[in-house]
Amino acid sequence: MHEASCPAPSTNTTCPYCGVGCGVTATVRDGRVEAVEGDPTHPANFGRLCVKGSALHETLGEQGRLLTPRLDGKLASWEAALAALTERLTALQATHGRETVAAYLSGQLLTEDYYVANKLFKGFLGTPHLDTNSRLCMASAVAGYKRAFGADAVPGNYEDLEEAELVVLAGSNLAWNHPVLYQRLKLAKERNPLMRVVVIDPRVTDTCEIADLYLGIQPGSDATLFNGLLAFMAERGHVDTRYLKRHTEGFLDALEAARKSAPSVAAVAAACDIDAERLETFYYWFARHLHVVTLYSQGVNQSTSGTDKCNAIINCHLVGGKLGLPGAGPFSITGQPNAMGGREVGGLANQLAAHMDYHTPGAIDRVTRFWATGSLAPCLPEAPGHKAIELFEAIERGEITVLWVMATNPAVSLPDAARVRRALAKCPLVIVSECVANTDMLAYADIVLPASGWSEKDGTVTNSERRISRQRGLLPPPGEARHDWQIICEVATRLGFGEAFGYNHPWEIFDEHARLSGFENAGVGKRLFDISALAGRGRAAYDALAPVQWPVTRAAARGTARLFEEGEFATPSGRARLVAVTPREPEQSLSARYPLRLNTGRIRDQWHTMTRTARAPRLMNHRAEPFVELHPADADKAGLVDQDLARLTAPDGEYRARVRLSNAQRRGEAFIPMHWSDQFTGAGRSGALLSGRTDPVSGQPETKHGAVSVSALAPAWQATLMIRDGAEPEGAAWQALDYWARIPMAGCTRWQLASTRPVDDWPAEIEAWLGASVTLFSDAAAGRFRAAGVYNGRLSWWLMVGPPQELPGTGWLQSRFNEDALSANQRRRVLAGCDSGARDAGPVVCSCHQVGRQTIIEAIHAGDQSVEALGARLACGTQCGSCLPELKSLLEEERGRARSEQAPATQLA
Amino acid sequence: MRPSSQQSTQSTRESTRERTRHLVIVGNGMACHRLIEALVTSPARPAHITVIGEEPVPAYNRILLSPLLAGDTDCAALTLREAHWYAEHGITLRLGERVLAIDPGKKHVVTERARLDFDALVLATGSTPAWPTVPGIELQGVHGFRDLEDAKTLTEIARRGGQAVVIGGGLLGLEAAQGLYQRGRGALSVSVLQRGEHLMNRQLDAHAGALLKKTLEARGLNVHTGARLAGLIDDGQGAVAGVALEDGRVLEASHVVVAAGITPNDLLARRAGLACDRAVRVDHHLRTSHPAIYALGECCQFEEHTFGLVEPIWRQVEVLARVLCGEPGAGYVEAPSATRLKVSGIELYAFGPVEAAIDHEVLRYSDPESGEYRRLLLKDGRIEGAVLYGDTAQGPWYFHQAQQGADLSAARSALLFGQADVEAFLNSPTQEAA
Repeated sequence: MHEASCPAPSTNTTCPYCGVGCGVTATVRDGRVEAVEGDPTHPANFGRLCVKGSALHETLGEQGRLLTPRLDGKLASWEAALAALTERLTALQATHGRETVAAYLSGQLLTEDYYVANKLFKGFLGTPHLDTNSRLCMASAVAGYKRAFGADAVPGNYEDLEEAELVVLAGSNLAWNHPVLYQRLKLAKERNPLMRVVVIDPRVTDTCEIADLYLGIQPGSDATLFNGLLAFMAERGHVDTRYLKRHTEGFLDALEAARKSAPSVAAVAAACDIDAERLETFYYWFARHLHVVTLYSQGVNQSTSGTDKCNAIINCHLVGGKLGLPGAGPFSITGQPNAMGGREVGGLANQLAAHMDYHTPGAIDRVTRFWATGSLAPCLPEAPGHKAIELFEAIERGEITVLWVMATNPAVSLPDAARVRRALAKCPLVIVSECVANTDMLAYADIVLPASGWSEKDGTVTNSERRISRQRGLLPPPGEARHDWQIICEVATRLGFGEAFGYNHPWEIFDEHARLSGFENAGVGKRLFDISALAGRGRAAYDALAPVQWPVTRAAARGTARLFEEGEFATPSGRARLVAVTPREPEQSLSARYPLRLNTGRIRDQWHTMTRTARAPRLMNHRAEPFVELHPADADKAGLVDQDLARLTAPDGEYRARVRLSNAQRRGEAFIPMHWSDQFTGAGRSGALLSGRTDPVSGQPETKHGAVSVSALAPAWQATLMIRDGAEPEGAAWQALDYWARIPMAGCTRWQLASTRPVDDWPAEIEAWLGASVTLFSDAAAGRFRAAGVYNGRLSWWLMVGPPQELPGTGWLQSRFNEDALSANQRRRVLAGCDSGARDAGPVVCSCHQVGRQTIIEAIHAGDQSVEALGARLACGTQCGSCLPELKSLLEEERGRARSEQAPATQLA
Repeated sequence: MRPSSQQSTQSTRESTRERTRHLVIVGNGMACHRLIEALVTSPARPAHITVIGEEPVPAYNRILLSPLLAGDTDCAALTLREAHWYAEHGITLRLGERVLAIDPGKKHVVTERARLDFDALVLATGSTPAWPTVPGIELQGVHGFRDLEDAKTLTEIARRGGQAVVIGGGLLGLEAAQGLYQRGRGALSVSVLQRGEHLMNRQLDAHAGALLKKTLEARGLNVHTGARLAGLIDDGQGAVAGVALEDGRVLEASHVVVAAGITPNDLLARRAGLACDRAVRVDHHLRTSHPAIYALGECCQFEEHTFGLVEPIWRQVEVLARVLCGEPGAGYVEAPSATRLKVSGIELYAFGPVEAAIDHEVLRYSDPESGEYRRLLLKDGRIEGAVLYGDTAQGPWYFHQAQQGADLSAARSALLFGQADVEAFLNSPTQEAA
């Protein structure tokens, strides 16, 4: 008789990455999350997961976690840290004034964390300066909605994408940034051959795979494009006059502005630098179809005229009456898992609480009364506070003396990074709540508080279709880490506000939040955000909460799939507003010195500043190093070829990365990823190249439109260094080199290095770096050198000097670093870095099944002519599907190659 | 059905055939033996063959003398053919007999015991150890290491113990030293003196030589490099007592073994008036300055080359066998050859120049702990020389590439790892780095 093994308990929760907000089923065994899979019952994803979501369990574990509070750079007890926090905050606020205290939050926080933070800062500390990193991705979309609809409300839902006749993707690389939604759209298009997809993006992205029409517009010309559409619709009689008359206002002004900036299709085509015929096709398709969804994202939002661009899009939907019905509407797709939840509680500096703004009549009084307790009266500020960029400018001016940063990394993610870092260094008290032990932010913190992370946190999040889902705690926080809401409430209590923060569980916070949403919410000026039906239902109901779309009221107890179906809007007049848009150029202007337009964005397998995703080695395989994508002609002009190292320069900063030549890139433009921080490379922060210009309405920075120049780094040598975990000396000396990139792997770390200073004696250099001797080496002359350290039979480090193109696949070496002893034959092969001549699988294309490029090419040569055939043979592309575009382009490439190889033979014959 | 002399268009061939009715071979070493083996398989072999050998036993595998000394093998393993095999093949074997003179005019040789007429004569007299010209070299206790007799003597010395000094850090010296040491089982201390700065300087570069030194020292040998011999020290009774070096050092020595190169045995040929330089001069059919007299192996000189390794000598044997059978095909040409050696169990493979020229690119692989080392010399992407120490598996492939003059520039970074890696590298599409 042996013990019956009990099935590991599984829990439904939500993914912490993008704004799709997928449901995840996690299996926990022996105190760790053993596996994750898509929750088949969750309406956002119906069981699908992208590669990042599939790797969630690989990013967990205590290694690299922040486990203990730190005070002035030293480990401290919670008691000491919180006592110091309270004392210093109180003193600084007393000396400098109420509004010199600020908080900078994150779309990573749960709604409950957000709620208590907002309540503490605005309600009881009495400062309006609480903003969030949602400002960087969503603020313009929010402002656009508010201007048009009177509320920060996405009208439609994900099903609308599937039901549409035409889907317009504007400034959205959905395939990489919202992979699950992209998969849904792709499937819907396969099922409905009449569905059309238009992609509007300066770059040819993987999203174009499903595009019937691609418009590669000049960056920043979106407003002209949509103004042109508005004028086109009016001119061709595709205006829903009944809808306009009954439900909108401002049409004539908007049309006049549109006609002025977009007098003809030809003029728009010229302004957008696209083919007029293609443009007209798009206009015609849009005008003719009722069921149109325009899905827009950071390509539209991250601009100094982002709000106007959003309204230019919304205008077109209003003019055609294309919203408030299935398969139609302007749809802003969110970047973060809980950006919307944060806004619901009032997490932006211009908001108060529960979708009430400072200028909302009676709002300050209402919230004050709601938050008041028997003996405590809140002291709400009277006017909005500083938005993100302004906040850091205020810190730099010395107007803010206390900054509490939670769950975000502004030292990396904000533009004009040098200025942000100066401001942080100057701020008298910087408090950071964080779950990772090493981020660029921690260097600036006086007080560091260890917070819980995904898999520990318990609360709710709201995704891009207004759907509130539970994120459930699976494990206890490690070490001394605490939940953010607990930390905030503890501080509030120490500051004397305990009576207003006496929560014992997140459900009590959620309950209060739900009550506030329905508090005095009726009649004229009724607020759209109302989840009062979720209040008063107790903890069990909260724990069992099924995903539901707000509003959730007595009248709509099961939530609301679609807004504005009756044409009733949240504006004072009840009508939607068309906004007259006069297109504006990006404010970061190009010049002879900085002639390249810089675009920034995400890559498929990384999330934000990589503090979590870089913990999963397989997610590092897709793009291992910071890079810059350049058009071949621009690269050629700078003397660069593919895989060279380049230096991008802006007036206040520099960026160093590897060149990827790309015909998908327009001439005169460069693309860089937003993910790399000082933790992973020497000079790879996109923020260093961007100035902090913001949209005057939304305060969102213009992070898609930098102005840079490019030059070759021209290193004297390049090298790859791999080091076994634990064998790395303190303070890696090679981080002083001209270029370095750190690539975490399983059991080891890979470093890509380069320098303009020649090294004459490599063994001596290595000894200086590692304090260890070379045990074997190969010196292949011509700038090539390989060496390894094998001590007591164990591979400790491995070095290859030479261009990284000559690097063998690192899989074999990674395995050796995870073994205790090398066999004689392995030792003999260690410098070769692979088994005897066994061809390497090449760079990984399919992250889920770890299928390499070479393996795929071989399968294609062996006769696999479709992605299905490849999937059947190699399993690539069968799990998350993120790599399908890449598989497809490989198939095409190989077909093209086969054709071109045949050609000469024919000539000979 | 012997082919008749008429109708032949090739008079030389005919005349050769005429004259090879009695073939006399002087010297019964490995070259001679292999020549006979080649001849007896041919129907056109000389009718009579007489072999005259100085040693009392038929030809044996001289290469195995070191393992024999070391005790790793026995005498039987050295045997190539028993005496009766010669008889069965119609070969007259005259052992323990010295040739005193050759008369090319009269076409006979004079031995200690007889005078033998020949139609064709092959000199396969081999070589003797090169004897350094230093004071005391004539003392008792100074030995060579060339034949079975030497091996027997050295075995006896090793058994008795004492201090042996081997002069010569080349292949032969190291083999002798290792054999002595192993046979001596600690009773005999063995030192090796190498004139050059590193061991085996004809085959190995300094790095490999140093590795070899380290390995041998770890086994218990004393290795002195850069050791120039000044003289041998007399114990006062005509026997050797020590070795004096030019730098003033003195090593105690109860026995000295001389193994510092070889001297071709060309004395008979010189006395007979045959053309000699460093050895007996031969043409590409191995013919000396006399049309009926041939020479091969260590005693001969072809163009500027003399010989010590078996590979070219085996090719000489093939040429000469055809000549002696009246079917002279393509003559002998000097070709680069690779040295594959196993010194005391350490694998070595080398070819081409040992020292890098100024326009050579030097590629090295070194794992001293595991005792592995490779070094390639490249000129314009083509391999010109290689030294492989320890792991020699890729040697033949490198050698083949060198022979082909293959341009390997494109796969340079994989070159040190061998054929499979180079081919994989050349066949793989450009890899993505990021």
